[in-house]
Amino acid sequence: MERREGHVVVPTSVPPSEPARLVDDFTPLLLDVGEHQLCPGCGEPVAMRSALEAIAELDVIQRTIAVFGIGCYTAFSNNLDVEVLQALHGRAPSLATGAKRAKPNTVVFTVQGDGDMVNEGLQEVLHAAARGERITCIMLNNGVFGETGGHMTATTVLGQRTKNTLDGREAEAHGYPIMLSNLIAQLEGAAYVARGAVNNAGNVARTKRMLLRAFESQLAGEGFSFVEILTMCPTGWFIETQESPGYLAEHLGSVHTVGVLKDVALR
Amino acid sequence: MTTAPARQLLEGSEAIADAMIAAGCRFFAGYPMTPFTEVLEYMAAKLPEVDGVCMNAESELEAIGMAWGAAATGTLAATGSTGQGLSLMQESLAEISLARVPLVVLNMARAQGDYFQATRGGGHGDYRHLVLAPMDVAEAVELVQLAFHLSSQWRNPVLVFGDYYLAHTTQSVAVEAIHFGPPPAADWALDGSTGGSGNARLVSPLGTGKQRDAAGYDLAQHYLACAQGTTEMLEGVTPLVDTGFVDDADVVVVAFGTPARYVRAAVRSLRDDGAKVGWVRPISLVPFPAEAVAAAAEGARAVAVYENNQGQMIDDVRLAVLGRCPVHFIGGLSLDSSGFGIAPDLDVATLRARIEEVLG
Repeated sequence: MERREGHVVVPTSVPPSEPARLVDDFTPLLLDVGEHQLCPGCGEPVAMRSALEAIAELDVIQRTIAVFGIGCYTAFSNNLDVEVLQALHGRAPSLATGAKRAKPNTVVFTVQGDGDMVNEGLQEVLHAAARGERITCIMLNNGVFGETGGHMTATTVLGQRTKNTLDGREAEAHGYPIMLSNLIAQLEGAAYVARGAVNNAGNVARTKRMLLRAFESQLAGEGFSFVEILTMCPTGWFIETQESPGYLAEHLGSVHTVGVLKDVALR
Repeated sequence: MTTAPARQLLEGSEAIADAMIAAGCRFFAGYPMTPFTEVLEYMAAKLPEVDGVCMNAESELEAIGMAWGAAATGTLAATGSTGQGLSLMQESLAEISLARVPLVVLNMARAQGDYFQATRGGGHGDYRHLVLAPMDVAEAVELVQLAFHLSSQWRNPVLVFGDYYLAHTTQSVAVEAIHFGPPPAADWALDGSTGGSGNARLVSPLGTGKQRDAAGYDLAQHYLACAQGTTEMLEGVTPLVDTGFVDDADVVVVAFGTPARYVRAAVRSLRDDGAKVGWVRPISLVPFPAEAVAAAAEGARAVAVYENNQGQMIDDVRLAVLGRCPVHFIGGLSLDSSGFGIAPDLDVATLRARIEEVLG
């Protein structure tokens, strides 16, 4: 084994000494392995998996309810092994509120896109946060309406080309993007607010930690917890699949910056 | 279960709140709007006493969303508003029907202009709601409880169509729990417990069982099942109706809700004077008591319809009468500056005169 700066480095210039073998199966219990309906290169499946891993690791799989909004990710509501309440576009935080208030011992989280949460449902998520509702809202933010084929949303960054901003989003014509995590972080009822991304392994790992902390916050009854996850949408961005992680960092990620915006436990 | 004392003087809104709690309602969400507001006030005061939850929602959209979420956990839930707020709720009402979630929705309406909204629905897709229209506070106490029963039985929203008079009339009533028999097991409801079982539950307008394959939802199959459920519900619920003097009536007057009380008084007064008139009062607007209306019209020269709007229920009356005799509209907007339909129109002498015109 070669060592570099204290790390074991596996040489890739020669074939491995033994074939690859399965060391362990890390599939979270709530995840159905198999085909899904999302495009190649989409960031939503790995974001979804991270949330399910967190649920499994916190050992709350038998008291968790997922409330799905409407977007590409809605396809998962049918084939994940988690209890699902399907909401209307934008309305998931209200349904989650009702479910959590009626059954306080459950862990309730929403899965919504940027179109769903910021365009259609901005009032819902802001009020849920202001109430300090003990739910976790997850926003999968790719800066476009992916399901309809790549149109401008309220989070689309300036200059970004979409199907209805063909020359890029211009402030004068289309206004400015809303940085939702920053808005929510200002609300007293929000206990934990973070923005992650899934465009590289480091960000995936960081996002997973954010999700864990968000659910822990809910379990501790601290208030409203929120994780925004920047996800790739090569189809809706009209770029090559392999370009999408870089595109995410350059465009979406430079405006909607990754990090923990608020954590009451650190006060 | 607390049972109310035998008789109390209660405002309609309070009696309705007590009836909801007696029926087992433990979750309510609402947004203030006259004349619905007091129902919300009473629920906010009373629900916590029975370990229930009342949410002061930030909009009607959120009110019905919260009630939907609570109802999806098998908790008996209700929401409501006034017609305008119900307009905002239509999208959710349509989806809740397709998701097969029980919910009771109150409309403390202004006059009777929301008949189409209530009975046809303003939402999308192929769905129907059961609609109950109480005439007074005492009947509301019964119908509100029936609404919860029917809603659970058919896993479908049930609308209680009231008005300003119902909400704000003080009446001597006894609010006691009515037992309709055990409700069907809510084995579809969510509590998280089936997660990881290989068959986690799903409450969705797109389907009620997980297919767990790459094919996605089979919407055709789901919509067909919903349509069959709607048909079974409409055929399985016996229409509720109240009639008077229809056996030998030359003219039958059809009216519902508060105005029906005035119509009844006008008909009785005309009977005292020897006129052959009768009344039919639909109590369930969906399903509409078409057979009772048809039977009453069988020997009549004419049917008159009184409602506080430009003529909406008259469509259902005509469909029931099917040309057996002419159907005349004798209602209209009961105009007052408040727009709540509290006006001289609801006056026995006025109604008598209109019925006499039809009598000829």
